[in-house]
Amino acid sequence: MGADDKSSRRGRFRSVETKHLEERADFFDALKRLDRRSFLKVASAAFGSVAASGLVTPHSFQPVSIAHADSKSVQPFTFAYISDSHLYKRTVNDRFVNALLRAVDDVNALDPQPDFVFFGGDLAQLGQPEELELGAQILKNLKAPLRVMVGEHDWYYDMGEKWRALFGAPHYSFEHKGAHCVVLNSVVEKDFWTARNMTPMERMKTVAGLDNGVQNSFTVGAEQRAWLESDLKGKPANTPIIVFSHSPLYKLYKPWNFWTDDADEVQAILRRFQNVVVFHGHTHQVLTNRIGNIHFQGFLSTAWPWPYAPEGLPALTVQMGRPDPFNPNDGCGNGICSVHPDGLADIVQNLWNRNPITISRTYTASLGKKDKPEASTRRSF
Amino acid sequence: MRNQRTSDLFTLNLGLALGSLGLLTAVASCAHDAAASGQSLPPAAAANQPQAAAAATPPGTNTKVLLCDGQTEVTVPAGTSGTSVAGALMTEWVRKNPNANWEVDERERHTLQPSADNSALVGQVQGQTYGRVTPQDVTLWKTEVERVATAGSAVFHNADELGSTVAVSCDMCHPHAANTHPETYPKFQAQLGRVVLLRDMINWCIEHPVRGKALSSDDPKLRSLEAYILAQRKGKTLDYGRH
Repeated sequence: MGADDKSSRRGRFRSVETKHLEERADFFDALKRLDRRSFLKVASAAFGSVAASGLVTPHSFQPVSIAHADSKSVQPFTFAYISDSHLYKRTVNDRFVNALLRAVDDVNALDPQPDFVFFGGDLAQLGQPEELELGAQILKNLKAPLRVMVGEHDWYYDMGEKWRALFGAPHYSFEHKGAHCVVLNSVVEKDFWTARNMTPMERMKTVAGLDNGVQNSFTVGAEQRAWLESDLKGKPANTPIIVFSHSPLYKLYKPWNFWTDDADEVQAILRRFQNVVVFHGHTHQVLTNRIGNIHFQGFLSTAWPWPYAPEGLPALTVQMGRPDPFNPNDGCGNGICSVHPDGLADIVQNLWNRNPITISRTYTASLGKKDKPEASTRRSF
Repeated sequence: MRNQRTSDLFTLNLGLALGSLGLLTAVASCAHDAAASGQSLPPAAAANQPQAAAAATPPGTNTKVLLCDGQTEVTVPAGTSGTSVAGALMTEWVRKNPNANWEVDERERHTLQPSADNSALVGQVQGQTYGRVTPQDVTLWKTEVERVATAGSAVFHNADELGSTVAVSCDMCHPHAANTHPETYPKFQAQLGRVVLLRDMINWCIEHPVRGKALSSDDPKLRSLEAYILAQRKGKTLDYGRH
């Protein structure tokens, strides 16, 4: 999937700001492809016409970002994340709806605005069309452009039909300021429902139960792995790669599906690159890992925190303190990721009830020797 | 209610076991025969002489068979074998009682830590009142204890059973009852300003995140929830009052 079907991949829900920023990005892309003479012609024409119509302040169309054509380093940028909102209809449960609204307000208050906002999956709780529509409506309020990933709670009621109608294909890739970004659907489960004669709702509720042992493990699947291989084909090893997957792309704790069954195969595809960062949702906690060249960061949820898995926790993870059950927002939050020229990223975990935790790229790069995040003083309640 | 259901199932299984012995034994083991259809053979005789019973009924006549619950009924052609009658009755009963296998289903869905292994006690004398411990004793203890914990698991994972008004169940924050640390109760719950037992904290959760009605201390649901949560912490050392 390339840049040509941009509209289908982002779905039809785009805010005015998103459309504006997209048009702007396209304009600058076009500029890069011009020689100097025609560039000056186009730039002055565009500037002239737009300024004449009184739409922009003069400085907004100054061509300042032209000179990074062949370098394999990233022009530093930030993106915000929101993840795992698990929405029910508002009439059923307004708490999760309000939490997502709070995250949207948080991100809209950022100044400067991030380049884009990434939603990490599990927008809905039981994959109901109403839940997904409500989520799409709320996310439309974001000022920055939105990128969306699918989670198992969005998928297993109608096998992604409604989600695809709203947001497009569940796996895609895009370039952003020199980084190659890949979004995967990592929640593919082998059919366990047909043999059991389950209704769509029974199937959904089985997958929705984190500790439900009837379901199978998550995978990326052979089809997407082949797609990923062809998507990365020909890219030099020094291309900075950013991957988004709902489940962690490694094997942490199988009984809760903190796990991707074909993680080894996916990692093998990513191994030849120097710097790879994987951002994932699903685990609802501060979670840090590194396997070889691949750095992993987990997203917080807006709905509720999960406990840490009883075994298999990566050594690099500095746990967030145990959430206080008496504060419904504790352990929840959103965050900001800053991508640096080397393609690695700092992540600021914006815990709503606590001081934010910053996990810097030097922490994972030095395998925990430098910049260790401070451990929480609140281990339990 | 769950226990009631289970004992129904047990009786039925017994009936089926007998039923497989021969024609109409299932009927014999149940209280009601299909007297309306004109069969007057005493049940015991029918059980003893299945062939004769089949021959005595004119072909083409349908027989109504009623299960011992007094409600489940099937109509079978005369001459149907006992196993088939029992099978038809069972199918009909399961159709009317979709949760009949709740225990097996629940255990398949949600891992339950096994109860303690008491097999070392077999053959030992446990005081004058109880005599020698048999393997059956040990199995019974295990089955019964695990049944209560399994019933707890079914409530723990079900927002409707918990009476939630916001579709929230315990497992949404506590998969496999993780992060409940029941071995620390009783303790001074700083947020509540008093000493609480595990059941108080369960009730707090039911009232607040789950937004349901608190259960009374002797409610079978609360007792089974407590059993499930404690069962899942098998192997943890008790350290009451720990924060």
